[in-house]
Amino acid sequence: MSLVALALAIWAAGWAMNVRLATGAHAETAAVRLAVPLIFGVTVVLVWECVVRGLQVPLVILPTPSMIAARFATSLPILWADFVQTFVKGALSGYAIGCGAALLAAVAVDRSDFLRRGLLPVGNFIAALPIVGTAPILVMWFGFDWHSKAAVVVVMVFFPMLINAVAGLRETTAMQRDLMRTYAAGYWQGFFKLRLPAAMPFIFNGLKISTTLALIGAIVAEFFGSPTVGMGFRISTSVGQLALDMVWAEILVAALAGSLFYGAVALIERGVTFWHPSQRK
Amino acid sequence: MRRAAVPVLVVLGVLVAFWYAVAVPMNIKGVLTEAQRAGVVVVPESGADRRAASAWRLVTMNLSVVPDTWAQARPRLPAPHQVAIELWETTAQKKVTSKRSLVYHGWVTLSATLLGFAMGTGLGILLAIGIVHNRVMDMSVMPWAIVSQTIPIIALAPMIIVVLYSIGIQGVFPKAVISAYLSFFPVVVGMVKGLRSPDAMQLDLLRTYNASQAQGFWKLRLPASMPYLFASLKVGIAASLVGAIVGELPTGAVSGLGARLLAGSYYGQTVQIWSALFAAAILAACLVGILGVLERIVLRRMGGRT
Repeated sequence: MSLVALALAIWAAGWAMNVRLATGAHAETAAVRLAVPLIFGVTVVLVWECVVRGLQVPLVILPTPSMIAARFATSLPILWADFVQTFVKGALSGYAIGCGAALLAAVAVDRSDFLRRGLLPVGNFIAALPIVGTAPILVMWFGFDWHSKAAVVVVMVFFPMLINAVAGLRETTAMQRDLMRTYAAGYWQGFFKLRLPAAMPFIFNGLKISTTLALIGAIVAEFFGSPTVGMGFRISTSVGQLALDMVWAEILVAALAGSLFYGAVALIERGVTFWHPSQRK
Repeated sequence: MRRAAVPVLVVLGVLVAFWYAVAVPMNIKGVLTEAQRAGVVVVPESGADRRAASAWRLVTMNLSVVPDTWAQARPRLPAPHQVAIELWETTAQKKVTSKRSLVYHGWVTLSATLLGFAMGTGLGILLAIGIVHNRVMDMSVMPWAIVSQTIPIIALAPMIIVVLYSIGIQGVFPKAVISAYLSFFPVVVGMVKGLRSPDAMQLDLLRTYNASQAQGFWKLRLPASMPYLFASLKVGIAASLVGAIVGELPTGAVSGLGARLLAGSYYGQTVQIWSALFAAAILAACLVGILGVLERIVLRRMGGRT
């Protein structure tokens, strides 16, 4: 019981610290902006640890953060192999193929007004569908290895990427296009010097949405059949063995991979679209 | 309206035609094996030769069996009309209570989706209100809400099902929990943006009226957030449906659209998988459509230009 009391004390202390920081004189500085969510996160982890220990919650319901960390540290080779199988082979290759194909399709669609008016509603519609459901079909076609996971990712990222890219390529105003015409620019000159740069914020929006979709697709596709390695496989078998510390370690890997992937794309975006108002400091 | 309909119909027609065309090479090898067993002469007679030949060459050499590729019992890729017939038979021609009726399975999934969506949206709106009115909460919780969008939260799904099962909760609730947390974060982020959308001028105007914080919330912030709320509700309901479907996978559930997908993939019933997939798609389209109609009604009653 004393541990539960300690948890309450930690919670109160963390919150009080955040209240002081957030309403204090230095609330607008970058250090405080970073510190407040970090303190909150650490508080949550500590409270979790104390409550689970204090109430003696069994492992099959919720492991403590320290057990998850220990499991994470001791099974690094397994986690790394799963990461390579699911993220590098499945998600990344599917992401590259899907986004590349969607960009090329967007360039083709953009040349014809008829195609654009026909494809955009259809693409918008498909982007809202539960596409993960195609996973069993694609696993049947492409086998259990990473090829089928990449295929699921391709299907998942294609339409969100396509509608964003097509919307982006329409972003220029008539004035800007006329200016290119007065310079006697050809179609491709106008494309590369005006419309593609103008479309970049939209394209990166699509790329960022697709990072999460790619990981979801690769993990869920493994629930329908996979070799004996991979994050989705490990999660579903560890759940079956009630080894929840392993499941949480794998979720930690997924969370790290997801946020790093997103962060990397956001960094590239900052470099490419430095001129855009949202990126200026 | 007609200007918009023609290109969409043309695109859909091309997609269906493409589907039929792809079904031919996808199914040709299976069809040829079946035809040979039935005593029809097929062109490379040995099975080994057929396996080595490319699918398109087999098609050109055996043009007579092409119609059969659209009528197999267990094709690799069923033709559109096969899926349509299966959909019709399992929805309209079966009793709604039958285990083979897609309406029954769809309802199982839909009930979990709606329950989870209601929970996720309710909690999401509450948290957003807290974030907008409390600076400490904003600074501590909001970064995590944003980061959580980049994480494949769905990886938690199998664990939630098993954990809730082990403490004796089963049925619709565990799936609803997964749906709830998938729709929770989009609603929080959208709603915070919406509640903050009134600009300084408008907030100042209310202050000159001596409006209290509650009045400011009900009369300005909440109405102003409606377009944002509906945009994130549409994202949220689609995510909820995915959550409910994925929630049916790990326990080997016997009912629900996800269970139909899983059973179909175990037994190679491709037509069943495709019809479950289309049922899920139709369900998602209906849910998003209903929200779209609601949005239009709400915004019109508020005097918006829609």
